[in-house]
Amino acid sequence: MRASNEPFFWSMFSAGGMVAAMVIPALIIVTGFLLPAGAIGFDRLNTVLTNPIGRFVVLGITFLVFAHAAHRLRHTMIDLGVTQFRLQIAVAIYGLALGGVIWTAIVVFA
Amino acid sequence: MTTAATMPETIMIDVARYHPEHDEEPQYERFEVPYRSDWVVLDALNHIKDQDDGSLTYRWSCRMGVCGSCGMMVNGVPVLTCAAFLRDYLPGPVRVEPLAGFPVERDLVVDLKDFIGKLSAVKPWIIREEETPLSEGEYKQSPGQLADFKQFSMCINCMLCYSACPVYQHEEEFVGPAALALAQRYNADSRDEGNAERYPLIWSDDGIWDCTFVGECSEVCPKHVDPAGAIQSAKLESTVGWYTSFLPLGRKRD
Repeated sequence: MRASNEPFFWSMFSAGGMVAAMVIPALIIVTGFLLPAGAIGFDRLNTVLTNPIGRFVVLGITFLVFAHAAHRLRHTMIDLGVTQFRLQIAVAIYGLALGGVIWTAIVVFA
Repeated sequence: MTTAATMPETIMIDVARYHPEHDEEPQYERFEVPYRSDWVVLDALNHIKDQDDGSLTYRWSCRMGVCGSCGMMVNGVPVLTCAAFLRDYLPGPVRVEPLAGFPVERDLVVDLKDFIGKLSAVKPWIIREEETPLSEGEYKQSPGQLADFKQFSMCINCMLCYSACPVYQHEEEFVGPAALALAQRYNADSRDEGNAERYPLIWSDDGIWDCTFVGECSEVCPKHVDPAGAIQSAKLESTVGWYTSFLPLGRKRD
């Protein structure tokens, strides 16, 4: 019996779940509330997010969250009974996530 | 809580009937049975078989949640009928059906072949590379080592978890919750050396990786085995195994 390659996708899913639970709320508070409220200066945040390490961190976080969302969506569809065209659905969903990551990369490194 | 004054005298039981000789598909038959606050659904079935229709077919044995024979769907939920009190289904009717996800042989009896095959496929016994001779005494185990697998050893093979699992309902090949929990029970046993023999099946797409962690198996388990938790632990081990298989000294993939 062939070993599954699912561990790769599952580990991205796990890491993405962790990031989505811990980092995303902090980012929402910082960029959505503290920044508009003037508690954090735009220049300061801009410096953090546009330095090379900051850009990679933002891309990494986005990649994991996209991977998490794609994986969950794929398995939820199976739970809901959409069991046909699995490969096509998987390619479409992970492709969409990859598109999101590429888009993020373009925005982050622009 | 139903008080004595409002307690009904009888309760309606809708039983799924199926006779392969002359039924195209299962039909429901309604029976009126006496209501007793200390009666379980199995008591009602036994009453029907004794008083109304001796041909009603179902499995049961111990009446005390140990043997795992009397699992059925009661109002759509897989339960041991010996532990499902009629008082919890008032005012009725109570719908009793065979366990979901299995072929029905007759009335409430399902075909166990698929489950039994999967159970033995995970090799649920202690595998030793070399048996220690009896003269050297028993295999000793600390309370901590026992705790690593004890919970998973409580399974009574009642198959409620298979009926509750949405994946098993459409994935015929899925090894399933109880068998995977049992594999984990032996993999986590300090006396066992058979992990490598079990990994090919349980780490495959038909093993743990078919599971989408819905968790219903653990919800319905009458013995609190937590198959979903066992599968999650196995997923972590499998993932570590997958990554280390790319390292020079890692275990190679099959």
